[in-house]
Amino acid sequence: MWDNRKRMDPSRKRAIRLTVALAAALLLATALIYVSFSAGRDEVTASQLLREARPGHSYILAGTVLVGSVRHAGDALLFRIRDPRLPLSVPVRYTGIIPDPFAGGRAVMVTVHQQSPNPTFVGEQNSLTTKCPSKYQAKAA
Amino acid sequence: MTFASFALVLAILFAVVLFLSAPLRVARAAGGDARSELADLEAAREAKYREIRDAELDHRTGKLSDADYEALDSTLRAEAIEILRSIDTISEL
Amino acid sequence: MAPVGRTLLILGLLVAGYGIAASLYGARSGREEWVVSGRRSVYALAGLMTIAWAIVEVAFIRNDFSFTVVAQHSSTTTPLFYKLAAPWSSQEGSLLLWVWLLSLWSSLVLFLTRRRVREIAPYATAVLLGFAVFFTSLAAFFANPFTTTANPPTEGAGLDPLLLHPSMMIHPPMLYSGYTLLAIPFAFAVGALITGRLNSEWIWVSRRFALAAWLFLGIGVVLGARWSYTELGWGGYWAWDPVENAALMPWLCTTAFIHSVMIQEKRGMLKVWNVSLVLAAGTLAILGTFLVRSGILDSIHAFGASTLGVPFVLLLAVMITGGIGLVLARRAQLRSDAQLDSLLSREAVFLLQNLVLVAMVFVIFWITFFPLISEAVTGTKVSVGPPAFRPFIVPLALVLVALAGIGPLIAWRRVTVANLRRNFTVPVLVGVATGVVLLAVGGVGAKPFALTMFALGAFVLASVAQELWRGTGARRAMTREAPPLALARLIRRNRRRYGGYIVHAGLAVLLIGVAASSSFQRSRDVVLAPGQHARVDGYEIRYVHPTVAATAQKISFGAVLDVSKGGKHVTTVRTTRGFYPSQDPTQGLIGRFFNGEADSNVGLRAGLTKDIWTVVNPDLTPLGSYINQGNGVFAAALARTMKSMPGLAAGQQQAALNTLWTLRDQAITGIANRYVTHPWPVEFLLIVDPLVTWIWIGAIIIAAGGLIALWPIPSLARGRIRVAAPSRASAPAVTAIREPVGASER
Repeated sequence: MWDNRKRMDPSRKRAIRLTVALAAALLLATALIYVSFSAGRDEVTASQLLREARPGHSYILAGTVLVGSVRHAGDALLFRIRDPRLPLSVPVRYTGIIPDPFAGGRAVMVTVHQQSPNPTFVGEQNSLTTKCPSKYQAKAA
Repeated sequence: MTFASFALVLAILFAVVLFLSAPLRVARAAGGDARSELADLEAAREAKYREIRDAELDHRTGKLSDADYEALDSTLRAEAIEILRSIDTISEL
Repeated sequence: MAPVGRTLLILGLLVAGYGIAASLYGARSGREEWVVSGRRSVYALAGLMTIAWAIVEVAFIRNDFSFTVVAQHSSTTTPLFYKLAAPWSSQEGSLLLWVWLLSLWSSLVLFLTRRRVREIAPYATAVLLGFAVFFTSLAAFFANPFTTTANPPTEGAGLDPLLLHPSMMIHPPMLYSGYTLLAIPFAFAVGALITGRLNSEWIWVSRRFALAAWLFLGIGVVLGARWSYTELGWGGYWAWDPVENAALMPWLCTTAFIHSVMIQEKRGMLKVWNVSLVLAAGTLAILGTFLVRSGILDSIHAFGASTLGVPFVLLLAVMITGGIGLVLARRAQLRSDAQLDSLLSREAVFLLQNLVLVAMVFVIFWITFFPLISEAVTGTKVSVGPPAFRPFIVPLALVLVALAGIGPLIAWRRVTVANLRRNFTVPVLVGVATGVVLLAVGGVGAKPFALTMFALGAFVLASVAQELWRGTGARRAMTREAPPLALARLIRRNRRRYGGYIVHAGLAVLLIGVAASSSFQRSRDVVLAPGQHARVDGYEIRYVHPTVAATAQKISFGAVLDVSKGGKHVTTVRTTRGFYPSQDPTQGLIGRFFNGEADSNVGLRAGLTKDIWTVVNPDLTPLGSYINQGNGVFAAALARTMKSMPGLAAGQQQAALNTLWTLRDQAITGIANRYVTHPWPVEFLLIVDPLVTWIWIGAIIIAAGGLIALWPIPSLARGRIRVAAPSRASAPAVTAIREPVGASER
């Protein structure tokens, strides 16, 4: 175990190991940054979407479901998402899994794209997520 | 707040004050650094015993050769002796 | 009792503040009576918070809707079990739970260590009470569970239907226990840095409680995954949701710490690394608590945007800057006592494992917080979805599993090639053989990552089995015990080691399940009418008939599905989707019962090889015309009834309303029954998922291993060792009287 072979200077060994570790960390960080910016999609509000949306691009639309706007049309779910600040909303046509907490007045996120020239935004299949509410409204007496 | 609730709160407050102040009303001998040092050495001793047992188990399960085990065991036991000597020294103080 | 509760919160705040002052004064002046008094503050706080918690629980049990939190999160129809658990479904109750658990765990730890770590303990006490001050202040001034209303409603809002599941009721206390337990090694690390005593005692305390935190946090995370799989209607168990990630990150950090601290214990190395890991884990635990409350990241868990964000950010800032400052101030004492002898050593394996775990934490942190990072840098919030995790986490997980198999086979300090050959041959052969055999199975080769995970998992299981076999053999060579007894006693006397090996085995099983279920899941989204069927992964799933059930709580529309394979009946599953009454008056008197919040009741048949998972998503549009008609009829009836009210006595008024509601309920039942009497095609999500059950089995094995590692060693087994000085000494010094552990017990 404590053999007498000629060994590399310990400080040089440490330097090599540190260099390798730092290089690996740098590689990981670069890959992460690249994937984040290339695979990421802009999270937009309703007003930003109406202003900036281009056909063929997809966006993550975040906002609150307009109360009273939820309808079913066959297997599609139709609803409007309103802007957090401005009095406007965008129509969304969505197919796929509907999260259990989904309802009017709930905060949601859905990936959408615009099928020009239709003003309705099409939600990507199974991309709808709903924020769990912190309280449940009181039942009517 | 009802009277009963007020009485309950007062009772709790009284109990808390009594409980927190009890050590302040009893003189305590200073233990000082020696006690901390001893406790630390005892923890180090237990850790060293554990290392010795681990090395023995590693040897019995084939992870260490006879030569490696003997060298490691000697080193660990020497380290243990140093700790025991330190404990003895502090205990005598 | 609400005023008593409010007073207890204030009293708790004062006691915690006193405790901080007493502990610090005692530590600085050397006056132990003040240190003891400070420690008693923690016990007193635990007592006060226990009474406060009891008041809240009693209010829930008694349906005391004068408590706002009870009115908003419970109802007379909520089952007792869920009433007991309902307090922590709210912001207010969960904050109180945090303080209560913190005070309980802190009391236990400080009691157990009252004669140890004497220099560190007062500072640790002060830090723990600092956390208590923070959370008690939030509860007292921002989200008070004892807030009352002058006009209590006669009925409460009820528990969020998604939480009406056993896993969801145990999941928060487990998670919070994990988070609050992580505060303890954090506090002791701060104390050790302040006093400069990062020694054996600190290691002993930190490792034990970090292990306990790791165990509870892990159980909490798995319970959450189980809830997601069995309760939510999406068919998965892990969505890389920000709050899921927030619980996983401290768990990964703690996993790294409980391994790397062994290196410090044995070799005096990695002191800066270890103390940084502990500080990071504690900080991440607070970050996780913060994420659920702040609403800064969109998550299914978030309590909605709240005013608690700023205090949490301030606390996190203090923890981060304080931690970095302390480490820098003590860097001289944190120098390593030894160097890494060889890359072929257990130290090197542990170090590499640590780097992999920290890399995972970094990846998860970056992607989770990327919306905020990108907004800060570019002004635009950019979201990166769950698929972004896979290119990083999967390779890192493969390396982690490999290391989990290598670690048990390799000795400390250095190994020879001959030893490597002796120890690695069988496990490597098993791993390779598994890979080759599975390659021959159709389809597995097309998923190289899954195949690699299966092979590595087999390698880990073989390495653990070999260790247990050899250890048992070594013990039997000395004791001649029967194999089962030898194995049991081997584990009993070497709990840390074999508990850890069992955890590794559990991890392998769990990740095999994850790899199989994520790579080979087959799912179909289909629309079926009664009698029709769909094929998924060789199974024929036939929609037998619809079901409906109307209760005071909800209306459930469901389906009975028959599953067969090769013409043979496999199982029958039942799935429903329940609709809870909405409070939106625009929905109408009838419509609000069909358009409120929904929850899915998954039709699940779990098996050792495959899970058959089904969920129905009924479209209620065909009932629309009847609902609208009902809305009109009952709106008119209600108007007529209200018009007639002035002419009726009080008792007659109530009777009139009761009659109306009874008729309404009958109408609702009649409309709902059309789903059965005149069924239409409905949407199903059908999933066949292999080896999911092994995820839960693996988690149970991990928990068992963790418990074994954590359990105190019986005093008999903590035998002393015959120690003789090396021959270079002038005279041998022999102390102690007993043989090394591993021999027969006395």
